[in-house]
Amino acid sequence: MKEFLDMGGYGAFVWPSYALTFAVIALNVFWARRALRRAEAAARQRLAARGGP
Amino acid sequence: MSFTWFHRLGSPPYVYALAQRLTPWLAWPAALLILAGLWGGLVLAPPDYQQGDGFRIIYVHAPSAWMSLMVYTTMAAAAAVGLIWRIKVAHAVAAACAPIGASFTVAALVTGSLWGQPMWGTYWQWDPRLTSELVLLFLYLGYMGLRAGIEDTQRADRASAVLAVVGVVNVPVIHYSVTWWNSLHQAPSVMRLAKPTMAASMLVPLLLMLAGFTLLFGALLLVRLRAEILARERANPWLKEALAR
Amino acid sequence: MSAPAVTSLANAGGTALAAEALPVTSLAAAGLALRRDLTLALRKPAQLIQPLTFFALVTMLFPLAISPQLSQLRQVAPGALWAAALLASLLALEFLFRDDSQDGTLEQYALSGKSLTALIFAKTLAHWLLTGVPLALMAPLAAIALGAPTAALPGIIAAVVLGSVSLSLVGSIGAALTLNIKRSSALLSLLTLPLSLPVLIFGARATQVAISGGSLIAPLELLGALAVLGVTLAPLAAAAAVRISLE
Repeated sequence: MKEFLDMGGYGAFVWPSYALTFAVIALNVFWARRALRRAEAAARQRLAARGGP
Repeated sequence: MSFTWFHRLGSPPYVYALAQRLTPWLAWPAALLILAGLWGGLVLAPPDYQQGDGFRIIYVHAPSAWMSLMVYTTMAAAAAVGLIWRIKVAHAVAAACAPIGASFTVAALVTGSLWGQPMWGTYWQWDPRLTSELVLLFLYLGYMGLRAGIEDTQRADRASAVLAVVGVVNVPVIHYSVTWWNSLHQAPSVMRLAKPTMAASMLVPLLLMLAGFTLLFGALLLVRLRAEILARERANPWLKEALAR
Repeated sequence: MSAPAVTSLANAGGTALAAEALPVTSLAAAGLALRRDLTLALRKPAQLIQPLTFFALVTMLFPLAISPQLSQLRQVAPGALWAAALLASLLALEFLFRDDSQDGTLEQYALSGKSLTALIFAKTLAHWLLTGVPLALMAPLAAIALGAPTAALPGIIAAVVLGSVSLSLVGSIGAALTLNIKRSSALLSLLTLPLSLPVLIFGARATQVAISGGSLIAPLELLGALAVLGVTLAPLAAAAAVRISLE
């Protein structure tokens, strides 16, 4: 396990790289879903304001 | 028959429904591929002869760089389609691409920098590839800045579409001119992703990651695309039924 | 066209172009637009001096920030010169469409039925004559201040003349895209600088060659190629951008 974390001495470079990339992925997922949620809420509001069918 | 299908891609309700249905079919395989790639790249692949375990950064760096370029191309193509044929959905696709592409460009630059330090002794190098990638980031930022600066959505779509298309022309020009510049100044080292012939045990995880990231882009794009379509459709009646689903 | 006619045209804005009474081809219209822009700009010399002053100021930053030794400055001279020229031309871009967009002339141009591409090209040409050429004439002074030998000056002038053509053309695209956006200077720079990088690179290379006394044919040809590329593509993109901005 320790060798795994150490990455042959390159651990200080490898793990931050992976962490950053997965942070970017996670942020993208979060932001995309949030954008959709907000757009849906805004659309519902606009439809309600517009009135009936 | 295929023409009808293409035609339907211009219809916001159709695309919205399609995006909603397709997203899980892209998202879950993406997750699986990425996990498999991680397992293969971090655990199964042997250390590199020259770079030891440090080379494993490639499994996040290369897919990020791939994303930055692929997303920009998609964005520019969608922008061109929207501009030429005046298709709203195409503009929505372009708008959805930009934040995804920009963030992965940052990832590519930072992971590349972290890879460069132990391998080539420097966090940064002004060689053609890095410089072009940095310029690409500025192109994304300019695109998003222009969109943000124009209030009217339709005008923002069309103006940023012009910018995206002009930017696409610029990318090879930048790369070419920096190559010229570098050949004048004799750049000390040429960046390579890995040894030209990679062992299968190293290559397969990379391919898995590339495929996984691509599908991830598809899923992210579809989610953002729905948001963009909703914004553009205002209070169009079809939204009522679509939102209920 | 007679002087009073040009003046009245300049005063009336672009409406004369829209008038059916004047059977004007796009080329003639572009010529009128060119003369109008030059006439109007020459009435406000203070506005023309500003980019040049800025250029001088930025040039001055380098000896103060790096080293007053000419031998050391000579090494950074190409880059410093072109960075200053690029920034000065960015500053000047603010004036390209601003007045015409505010008083409605640009809309008249778009509605006139004449080729907007040709009219935009004429405006960009006027802009280059008013800013790029003076910049090219000032560049030798800046170059000497940065330690360049006098033998390098003709080459430097030639390089800046050619480079400034591309800078004006590429800048016209950014300026057209950011029309009517409030406080757009930062955005204009963000859009224009990446597109201007090839000019910077080739221009600095040409200047370097001029300083070291080599053959300037290849570097100047490269700058010329960029200028030709700009002339063929930029007015089209700028015209499209203007139409979009005016919608």
